[in-house]
Amino acid sequence: MPTTTNDIQSLVDQEYKYGFVTDIESETVPPGLNEEIIRLISVKKHEPDFMLEWRLNAYRRWITMKEPKWPHVHYPPIDYQSIIYYAAPKSNADRPKSLDEVSPELLAIYDKLGVPLQEREILAGVAVDAVLDSVSVATTFKNKLSELGIIFCSFSEAVQEHLDLIKQYLGSVVPYSDNFFATLNSAVFTDGSFCYIPPGVRCPIELSTYFRINAAATGQFERTLIIADKGSYVSYLEGCTAPMRDENQLHAAVVELIALEDAEIKYSTVQNWYPGDKEGKGGIYNFVTKRGRCIGARSKISWTQVETGSAITWKYPSVILQGESSVGEFYSVALTNNYQQADTGTKMIHIGKNTHSTIVSKGIAAAHGQNTYRGLVKVLRGADNVRNYSQCDSLLIGDQCGAHTFPYLEAHNRTAQIEHEASTSKIGEDQIFYCKQRGISAEDAVSMIVNGFCKQVLKELPMEFAVEAQKLLGVSLEGSVG
Amino acid sequence: MEKERLLTVRNLHAKAGDIDILQGVDLTVNAGEVHALMGPNGSGKSTLAQILAGRDQYEVTEGEVIYRGKNLLELAPEERACEGLFLAFQYPVEIPGVNNTYFLKAALNAIRKHRGEEDLDAVDFLALVKERLQLVEMDPSLLSRPVNEGFSGGEKKRNEIFQMAVLEPILAILDETDSGLDIDALRIVAAGVNRLKRPDNATVVVTHYQRLLNYIVPDFVHVLIDGRIVKSGDKNLALELENRGYDWLEEQPKGRRKTPQRGALVS
Ligand SMILES: Nc1ncnc2c1ncn2[C@@H]1O[C@H](COP(=O)(O)OP(=O)(O)O)[C@@H](O)[C@H]1O
Ligand SMILES: [Mg+2]
Repeated sequence: MPTTTNDIQSLVDQEYKYGFVTDIESETVPPGLNEEIIRLISVKKHEPDFMLEWRLNAYRRWITMKEPKWPHVHYPPIDYQSIIYYAAPKSNADRPKSLDEVSPELLAIYDKLGVPLQEREILAGVAVDAVLDSVSVATTFKNKLSELGIIFCSFSEAVQEHLDLIKQYLGSVVPYSDNFFATLNSAVFTDGSFCYIPPGVRCPIELSTYFRINAAATGQFERTLIIADKGSYVSYLEGCTAPMRDENQLHAAVVELIALEDAEIKYSTVQNWYPGDKEGKGGIYNFVTKRGRCIGARSKISWTQVETGSAITWKYPSVILQGESSVGEFYSVALTNNYQQADTGTKMIHIGKNTHSTIVSKGIAAAHGQNTYRGLVKVLRGADNVRNYSQCDSLLIGDQCGAHTFPYLEAHNRTAQIEHEASTSKIGEDQIFYCKQRGISAEDAVSMIVNGFCKQVLKELPMEFAVEAQKLLGVSLEGSVG
Repeated sequence: MEKERLLTVRNLHAKAGDIDILQGVDLTVNAGEVHALMGPNGSGKSTLAQILAGRDQYEVTEGEVIYRGKNLLELAPEERACEGLFLAFQYPVEIPGVNNTYFLKAALNAIRKHRGEEDLDAVDFLALVKERLQLVEMDPSLLSRPVNEGFSGGEKKRNEIFQMAVLEPILAILDETDSGLDIDALRIVAAGVNRLKRPDNATVVVTHYQRLLNYIVPDFVHVLIDGRIVKSGDKNLALELENRGYDWLEEQPKGRRKTPQRGALVS
């Protein structure tokens, strides 16, 4: 490995010399990955030995693994030794001083989405005290939640304060050895969200990363763990409809959901990271592992995603249906414009009896976009009376884009009832002209047709989120038709 | 009182790819008038209608079109619509996933916005929809379905006239709205069109049957053959065509077809 031990050592020394709490703003480690770097990350985060061991195990596993080649996406090789695996939050000096310094394109998008002024500053990473306001909002929420016994904090805080829960559940759904990107994440993740809902509690608000302190800067390797104890309910919103300023190209997050008996987790994502420019330059590689485990009987996990950003999206939010009569759902809209590529779908693994799953996937491809649905429905031998309904629809805009569907089915139990429907349609010139002839602009026509196409999924999103997602779909498709 | 000149088409030539379709069309339409545009299949009627609506697959090679004092060919299709030009399509397009009422509301509000008017609120819009629905006796269940999706031929045509009734255009072009309608539907649709007639609007009815003209009585009838208007007259011309077909017109010497017909139409 190219990074010299000396560099690392001097950094570690420095850290102890100055103390990393006060000096944290300017700290980064040299690029590259090796055991020293992992130790360093763990030390910086004051982690217990348990965490360090876990990270090192993941790292040792990772160096034996190969990047998956099966997704229907293409990108130049990633140089993992050129990535900086630990960067503390940027100091204010490096941030834009005001919105005047932020790219006008980004501002135009905020404008179209109707993002409030103050939020724009936070999203664009402007160095403002306004963040303090959001902190106080967050604190208010936090107090309210803690009265109910709900824990909602950063992953790092959970490692410090709730180590028992971390020890019990971390890696219980996505083990550190799971896949190349999840394993990398396990070795180097820097932060993320942690959430625990105690038995019988119905979380009264939608939990959103928005309200989590320090969440404005999305980490490159995020880790989220949500545990819904018996009979509890939580709705969790990830992401934000407005694009964040982000300099990392590779994102490899891991999300683990655990639902105990009669618990329900609803996890909604709107992903709108930088998709790259019209020629396909730049943009985020979003390689995510999201999985839920319905451990308890009658538990339910529901994923809803609207994916409009990133140059490449590779994710399969899945559900392991272990508890009897548990329910898994996957509702997805994935949109690819310009040179974006998405390979996304779900896995529903039916282990328990009477388990049901629903898959609704809507893929939209415009310009040179490539959109792939990849899904697996697996029914294990002991899983009697399983039901699955899958629907995969593709919408093409123009004739240079592509839609691909790979539904896999493995049923080892004869009582399973599995239904699959698929369709491909195209927004044609005729439809656009018809709308224009009625006074509706091409852009409005496309967003109307696209929203109609996605209705089934959008209605699964919490109300305000759905409205924003609708606008976002329109903005993301701008310029896709003449 | 002088009637407003709504549309002037002068020596319009147009082609699709390498195929010449319109070869010098002249047509003048004033407010308050009903024109019938007739002619055999493939003579260019729909092409003319589509060009007026702004379809870009046709290339205008010669001539001009003035609509209410503006160069129509320079306006985008949606601007033409907002300026009161309406085309009832010969083949209405299906738009899956888009609710018929929602679509119509978007259209109406786009047009209102263009005119500098406020959006119509949900209550007023629904009242308008209800009223106009009766005008064309359309099945209300079609309102909540996706635009034209799975509609029968007749339902699609009725939906076109229903849209027209809500949008209240200044110049409406109905392209073969009669085909696919049974006689009862035809009567109802025609009655709707007649009731929408006002001194300040006009209708161009494209058809190749005279049947519709029993119900929508035209002030002028034009015959389009091979991309030219070869003859214009009053409603009796339609009856003559019914009896004699188009052959006697097609056999006219080429030279006569070049004579502009518009002189006869200016009132
Ligand atoms: N987009 C097009 N490309 C090629 N040929 C066309 C196109 N549109 C119309 N035509 C041809 O132009 C002629 C006139 O068509 P049309 O205007 O539809 O006739 P009508 O409505 O009078 O039956 C026909 O021969 C038709 O095949
Ligand atoms: Mg025609």
